[in-house]
Amino acid sequence: MSDTTTTTTERAPSVYVPSAEALATVLAPGARPPRPSALSASLTFGWRAMLKIKHVPEQLFDVTAFPIIMVLMFTYLFGGALAGSPREYLQFFLPGIMVTSVVMITMYTGIGLNTDIEKGIFDRFRTLPVWRPSALVGMIFGDVLRYILAALVILGLGLVLGFRPAGGVVGAAVGIGLLVVFSFAFSWVWTFFGLILRSEKSVMGVSMMVLFPLTFLSNVFVDPSTMPGWLQAFVKVNPVTQLVAAIRGAMSGDADPSATMWLLLWSAGFLVVFGTLTMYRYNRR
Amino acid sequence: MSRRTTGLAIEAEGLTRSFGDTKALAGIDLQVPAGTVYGLLGPNGAGKTTAVRVLATLLRPDGGSARVFGHDVVTEADKVRSRVSLTGQYASVDEDLTGSENLVLLGRLLGLRKPAARDRAAALLAAFGLTEASDRQVKKYSGGMRRRIDIAASILNTPDLLFLDEPTTGLDPRSRNQVWEIIRAVVSHGTTVLLTTQYLDEADQLAGRIAVVDHGRVIAEGTPGELKSSIGSGTVHLRLRDPGQRPEAEKVLREALGVPVQLAADPVALTARVGEAGTDLDASAQASRALGELARAGIVVDNFSLGQPSLDEVFLALTDHPAVPADERDNELEAAR
Repeated sequence: MSDTTTTTTERAPSVYVPSAEALATVLAPGARPPRPSALSASLTFGWRAMLKIKHVPEQLFDVTAFPIIMVLMFTYLFGGALAGSPREYLQFFLPGIMVTSVVMITMYTGIGLNTDIEKGIFDRFRTLPVWRPSALVGMIFGDVLRYILAALVILGLGLVLGFRPAGGVVGAAVGIGLLVVFSFAFSWVWTFFGLILRSEKSVMGVSMMVLFPLTFLSNVFVDPSTMPGWLQAFVKVNPVTQLVAAIRGAMSGDADPSATMWLLLWSAGFLVVFGTLTMYRYNRR
Repeated sequence: MSRRTTGLAIEAEGLTRSFGDTKALAGIDLQVPAGTVYGLLGPNGAGKTTAVRVLATLLRPDGGSARVFGHDVVTEADKVRSRVSLTGQYASVDEDLTGSENLVLLGRLLGLRKPAARDRAAALLAAFGLTEASDRQVKKYSGGMRRRIDIAASILNTPDLLFLDEPTTGLDPRSRNQVWEIIRAVVSHGTTVLLTTQYLDEADQLAGRIAVVDHGRVIAEGTPGELKSSIGSGTVHLRLRDPGQRPEAEKVLREALGVPVQLAADPVALTARVGEAGTDLDASAQASRALGELARAGIVVDNFSLGQPSLDEVFLALTDHPAVPADERDNELEAAR
């Protein structure tokens, strides 16, 4: 970082005097380039997300340190009691904690969007003649990279601790792929809340209220068969349960087509419902 | 030059917009000729920002209609967006990115290929005196540099209409002059500029026509000359050495100027409007005559100044109430979110 030198030179450059000739060269109206395609605009916004990671690498803390803490904490906390040994528990638990960590990280999409709106930069984006959802799609593309990074960190740590997926590399890749599909769709819930709520804090509050029950009242930590009937009913329809079952299936080499189908239906549902709501709010503000 | 439109850049009729119980726009009518700088002058909370946001397609009006170069801002928003650009009061570039990255990003979004976007960014940074700062994050820029990168981002595609929402608020005088020079250059190349400001002298310096906005309505409209002749072109401020002479000074001034004289809270100060509509003398001639009369009466003047009417004085003249206090504006911005 060259920050220390740049701050001292802050006042040094000679005073700027606007020159009519210099301004004339940039003000001559040129031919307008064609409007970028929806994909190209979204990827450009995704590039912005990457640049932000480059300039503010601290934001990767929540996709690296947070998942590591989650894995270590729960593996050693519950492992012995629930499965005889942490290593044994990990075979069951790793796909679940991967889902929990990544699904929890999705809320940063809403927080990031809310901050952008608060700062005013979204006013600029909203006056650009580009495909309307591209700013949000691009933002989520950037977040998807973070999800993949978090999933890989967890998988890596799991392998170190003794997780041995029978599905091999392909199974693990399919599992992470399913997780990314779901997280991409689920992020639209948070773009919606990021748009309608007034502050970063309230987005955080609502996210926690949704995410805690969604991730804990599932099959992530324990087999639901010991739960009371009413709770089992919720756990069964919870999309996180379907997601975990599908990923467990893929990683263990014993695919679970029914859970996978439900997971994809849930993803499509989140995308359609919350994507539409988000764009409605985005255009209406 | 062919795509520049002559005639009207903006036509708005009866625009209304409320936030809860607050009527931010209470029926604004505007006609902005293309190729000029048009000033929206008003205090905080008058509705200037809301008007700009509606015209820039960021906010839908509750009622009324507006067209930008003939395109309706609600039903043809995309066509409007391809011809306008907005520099808001707040960050309109990403503070985490460098100046250069911001401009390349916007260039790409406007359809330039990467090499062309880089060339355009470099040219803009050079013209705005930001070449040295191009690889620095915008959050490390000074206030004046920030404004320049904001405006550079707004003219990336040389828009036909540029909205500048209080472009010089919070800037030091030198940066303010730089921004004025840039605005003059922008309009001389055919871009129409809609400028909001709280400063009469700024509108006077830049704008061909001014609309004075108060409580969501246009309360006066015209060229700076027309406006000033309707409200008096200047104000005389006097400070006496001896407070005991003030009653006499007031009498002398009133007779010399033929206008009411205000006694300020300060016991040695007096103010009066000069250059009032209908008088044939100009403001400076009136003021110097008044000064002569005071000297003849043996009244010692410590401090004398002749200035343009302040926004407060314009408001008093036009509405009989002073400009609205600043905290009302926070409500507007809050509600505009």
